[in-house]
Amino acid sequence: MTGTPLLRARNVRKRFGHTEVLKGVDLDVYPGEVVVLLGPSGSGKSTFLRSVNMLESIDGGAITVAGELVGYERRGSRLHKLPDRKVARARRHVGMVFQHFNLFPHRTVLGNVVEAPIGVLREPRAEVTDRARELLAKVGLADKADAYPRQLSGGQQQRVAIARALAMRPRLMLFDEPTSALDPELVGEVLGTMRDLAAEGLTMLVVTHEVAFAREVADRVVFLDGGVVVESGAPADVLDNPSNPRTRAFLSRFLAA
Amino acid sequence: MDTDSRARSGAPPTTGDEAEVDVATAAPQRHPWRWVAGAVILVLLAQLGHLLVTNHNFEWGVVFSWFNAQSVGRGIVTTLELTVIAMVIGIALGVVLAVGRLSHNPLLRAVCGAYVWFFRGTPVLVQLIFWFNLSALLPRLSVGVPFGPEFVHWNTNALITPMLAAILGLGLNEGAYMAEIVRGGLLSVDSGQTEAAQALGMGRTRTLFKVVLPQAMRFIVPPTGNQVINMVKATSLVSVIALSDLLYTVQAVYNRTFQTIPLLVVACLWYLIITSVLYVGQYFVERYYSRGATRHTPPSFFEFLKIKRKPEVAP
Repeated sequence: MTGTPLLRARNVRKRFGHTEVLKGVDLDVYPGEVVVLLGPSGSGKSTFLRSVNMLESIDGGAITVAGELVGYERRGSRLHKLPDRKVARARRHVGMVFQHFNLFPHRTVLGNVVEAPIGVLREPRAEVTDRARELLAKVGLADKADAYPRQLSGGQQQRVAIARALAMRPRLMLFDEPTSALDPELVGEVLGTMRDLAAEGLTMLVVTHEVAFAREVADRVVFLDGGVVVESGAPADVLDNPSNPRTRAFLSRFLAA
Repeated sequence: MDTDSRARSGAPPTTGDEAEVDVATAAPQRHPWRWVAGAVILVLLAQLGHLLVTNHNFEWGVVFSWFNAQSVGRGIVTTLELTVIAMVIGIALGVVLAVGRLSHNPLLRAVCGAYVWFFRGTPVLVQLIFWFNLSALLPRLSVGVPFGPEFVHWNTNALITPMLAAILGLGLNEGAYMAEIVRGGLLSVDSGQTEAAQALGMGRTRTLFKVVLPQAMRFIVPPTGNQVINMVKATSLVSVIALSDLLYTVQAVYNRTFQTIPLLVVACLWYLIITSVLYVGQYFVERYYSRGATRHTPPSFFEFLKIKRKPEVAP
């Protein structure tokens, strides 16, 4: 990859109480790239993903998105923690899709998608509504605009959540185990939507256990274990020919299943 | 089903005539005790009816003549005014206190906690009398620089009318209870909702008012309905500070005419009417805030008012 990375993480460290979850993670994501984070549970992949848009604060190292430091600003010679208002501002450019969808149950599907572009970006309602309907059509839910989230299946809800994040026109999309809470027969529709987005050149950082998805869609697979990046490279190399014994052990469980 | 598949499916062995068994033909269950209970209740109701009709101390004629009296009407208006104002203050204060108690600022948390502790910990009747007698503690109220010059000042005795004392007493006390109700509601909303709002770039205030509070309302409305009904009745306490609410008005009448029972019946009937209307109102407020909470949406108030159309027959 050439050019400057959209996401750059250097020596990122994070602890919860006495447990060190991230022990110095280095990771670059370049524009247009799809990077899949794999790793056993507890390896810190979700924590890392959440720290990219400040849902978790980090204890050491640094993360920059599009050249801007996440959560801190430099004033003079020292770093200062950003106030909530500026953190919120920075999050506009990073979309996030959650394991449990987290749609707003009191708003219709359309209401979910238009809320932030109207309320946060202050874009005109008519324009946002048109864009929202286009996005819903793109994820295959044009006819569900007036439904409430709880009237939809898990797979449909997750696709709405993707449309909601895309409505902010993010530069980077984070997916935190987007199919882990879904019934097996619904996983395909969500992965299909994500595959389309990848083909359009959206920059994506995906935490998942779907090895087949990683193999097919990812430009790069990063294997995280024990709070550090153990292995990173093209899917074919990491998945079919892992050099690290821990990666091999993890993958053998998935490929055997 | 052959023996083999039965063994495999784990069904218990049967005698072989299960084909003729159909639970649809079962006899209806009998409930003899319901009939006994019904008979007892009927007798008690008959006794009550008998008492209401034959006991002349009810003086129903007096009840009906005072039911629509102008003075009683003015008392009702005062009761309703007081209920509405005290509840509006209570709810607004409750939201502020609840948000304060959930704040990241430890000082704010402590202050809001202390407020709730104090106002829930002392009787509302005492608080009412206290506000009414505020001038005994602070004869003069003023606005100015702390420990410095005053800009404006008032004579407390003139400022604190019975109505203001009642509003302060009931409203500030209600705020403490509402704070706990609102706090419970806010805590019942999944933290994933806040995270989703934050991830979309919403600030704290927007997240609270657009995402968390509307969902918390579902948990806030039922106990608040309770509080409103309590408030209607709690306003009767203000008769101790000589504010002419519904109870004070009928008391004033029966102190003159000695028709105590019929006038108390008048007051009770009006309290029942007011609380019944509120009860119906609460149902529709609850319905509004349960939008999207269930897969099936019951009719709204306006849909409810329309005459139901017959379901169309599919072609």
